[in-house]
Amino acid sequence: MAIVPKKHEMPSQEPSVRAHNFREVALGYPVEIAVEEAKRCLNCRNRPCVQGCPVNIAIPDFIARIKEQDFEGAYRILSAYSSLPAVCGRVCPQEEQCEKYCTLGVKFEPVAIGRLERFAADYHNANAADSPAAPESNGHKVAVIGSGPSGLTCAGDLAKKGYRVTVFEALHTAGGVLVYGIPEFRLPKSIVAQEIETLKGLGVHIETNVVIGKTLTVDELFKMGYEAVYIGSGAGLPNFMGIPGESLKGVYSANEFLTRSNLMKAYREHNDTPIMKGGRVAVVGGGNVAMDAARTALRLGAEKVYIVYRRSMEELPARKEEVEHAMEEGIDFRLLNNPVEILGFENPDDPRDPKNGFVCGMRCIRMELGAPDAGGRRRPIPVAGSEFVLDVDTVVIAIGTSPNPLIKDTTAGLNVNARGGIIVAKNGETSRENVFAGGDAVTGAATVISAMGAGKVAARAIDERLMPAREA
Amino acid sequence: MYRIITRTELNPTVTQMEILAPLVAKKAKPGQFIILRVDEEGERIPLTVAGINPEQGTVTIIFQIVGATTEKLNRKREGDFLQDFVGPLGVATHTAGVKKVCVVGGGVGCAIALPVAQEFHRLGAEVTSIIGFRSRDLLILEDDFAACSDRLAVMTDDGSYGRHGNVTVPLKELLEAGERFDLILAIGPLVMMKYVTLTAKPFGVPVTVSMNPIMIDGTGMCGCCRLTLHREGKNVTKFACVDGPDFNGYEVDFDEAMSRARMYGEFERRAREEACNLFRKEI
Repeated sequence: MAIVPKKHEMPSQEPSVRAHNFREVALGYPVEIAVEEAKRCLNCRNRPCVQGCPVNIAIPDFIARIKEQDFEGAYRILSAYSSLPAVCGRVCPQEEQCEKYCTLGVKFEPVAIGRLERFAADYHNANAADSPAAPESNGHKVAVIGSGPSGLTCAGDLAKKGYRVTVFEALHTAGGVLVYGIPEFRLPKSIVAQEIETLKGLGVHIETNVVIGKTLTVDELFKMGYEAVYIGSGAGLPNFMGIPGESLKGVYSANEFLTRSNLMKAYREHNDTPIMKGGRVAVVGGGNVAMDAARTALRLGAEKVYIVYRRSMEELPARKEEVEHAMEEGIDFRLLNNPVEILGFENPDDPRDPKNGFVCGMRCIRMELGAPDAGGRRRPIPVAGSEFVLDVDTVVIAIGTSPNPLIKDTTAGLNVNARGGIIVAKNGETSRENVFAGGDAVTGAATVISAMGAGKVAARAIDERLMPAREA
Repeated sequence: MYRIITRTELNPTVTQMEILAPLVAKKAKPGQFIILRVDEEGERIPLTVAGINPEQGTVTIIFQIVGATTEKLNRKREGDFLQDFVGPLGVATHTAGVKKVCVVGGGVGCAIALPVAQEFHRLGAEVTSIIGFRSRDLLILEDDFAACSDRLAVMTDDGSYGRHGNVTVPLKELLEAGERFDLILAIGPLVMMKYVTLTAKPFGVPVTVSMNPIMIDGTGMCGCCRLTLHREGKNVTKFACVDGPDFNGYEVDFDEAMSRARMYGEFERRAREEACNLFRKEI
């Protein structure tokens, strides 16, 4: 049988339509296409895709089930490795992971592993009547801090082994970055809620509105009878550029802008949360968060949205698919541009003019690329005399985050590196015995799947640590 | 869900509630704040704690009805529940080593100045309290301040009660008369805190102000509550939620903070009108 050289396209909303709504962009494979795509898998002997996956999912096995139209079987394989398959199928950078190593990809396009994962998870969520029963308790208590992808993975893996797991979440809704950061059109909140319900079915208990480091400390968790603690508290404090005008009204961190829209639901009509809608928006930065912010601004009704990034398209760190989507929707990429000042409106004749203090423009300078820096990326150098003003009234700064100090400051003996990231051993253990950590709290801003991988590693290490105690 | 144990209207626009939140009550210290949501569709709003009862597991909040959310909050009755209540957040007021303190409260800010004044009193410091209101109808907590203060001055802008004038008048008199406070603590409208700081400056008395900017998460994640400090010739960005809410008054850029506080003024006005109309329809 001839090999189909290209991935089957996934149906998606037309760019001109989706740019004005918050519904999911990509619509998922229908059954027939999923089966056809599954047939592209060569089921090769050395399975390089598995090594490319941070949680080592038995990829060819679940794809084989789809080929046999045993979709529930495919889901069972996925869920043995991942607590959040419907999430991973949507937000993993597969092109950098499993699909990058696909044997078929040497000559043709790789198998669309991510799309198939999403298909199997969605099929289960739509059709499965049975929810998994909670395994018998082994009597051991573990506390997980943060209900983002890392914490949920750790909690799910431990719950499956019979641990009594409580997840402490600072916000009012569980999900972490999956609910406050990643927008509805990329990851519907109902999908996240469904995955969390599955975890609750496994016996995971979630306590919202508890800030570890404030409401309770790590030491108090041990006093409460938890035998191990996993810190998956996420990325933390947003970085600003340190240029004049960043405190003007209309300047947001990406975290604030996305939180207002996603978690606080400003994207819905008739919601109480204020957010600046419409107008002209500049998003500073080139990562996935910048793409999310730009596309959110567009959907909130902006007439013009720029991505302002100081290097070129080649260095742009966002996923290619996200960049393509953003471009199709009409986001204007201003590459090799760097902001130097945000300009505010001041009415010289009326100090009480309500428009005073609001953003009215952003002064930028053109850049060119020089020699590679320590990280291997070519360093951007300002071009003298090339300054210009971009006419905008909202600026969203998406240039990364720094670790949150709340847990570090209240946990004696917890070592952090120069950037504030928690230092861990290979198994995820910190300098404090039985305290493990992973995800952005350790690495700084990274991907959902790498955070999940860390949660998985720590779950295994926690089990190994508490197991002898269990058998004794 | 968090039950409202008591509800008292202190004046026509200010209401006090005791909320059952045992974990928060166990930890909260004067100067810290909580964040609450009234209902599932509501905003997160920060309120500095106005009282703590760890034995009964309650935290007291006092709020002024200023927008849609506080309007909705005010409609809740004893026995009703709040959707979310999280804390204690921020850093507690530093009280160590202060022997002689002047606590200056303005309007609803007096609600959060009170537990701080009480704490200083409990620690044995000499407490002078100056509290100011627009007029007699808005006066709150006078007896509570009298009970924990060695001296108390009550001011009204229109002279309808106490002395006529704003809080800086008696503060300046005391400083000019040679009072040497270890610390002046100002809690109230931004403009009041700015002028308390300016009044104290010639006398070189340390001033701590309690900032209450717009916030979302309250744990440092969003950066919405950022403010600028002028420190050793440099501008430093700080987050009120994790670095504050208390700051050195001499460093705070009050004009910027006042401008940022008005970011959603128009939005709030419309939202409150809508909320009021909605309540009217229900009635």
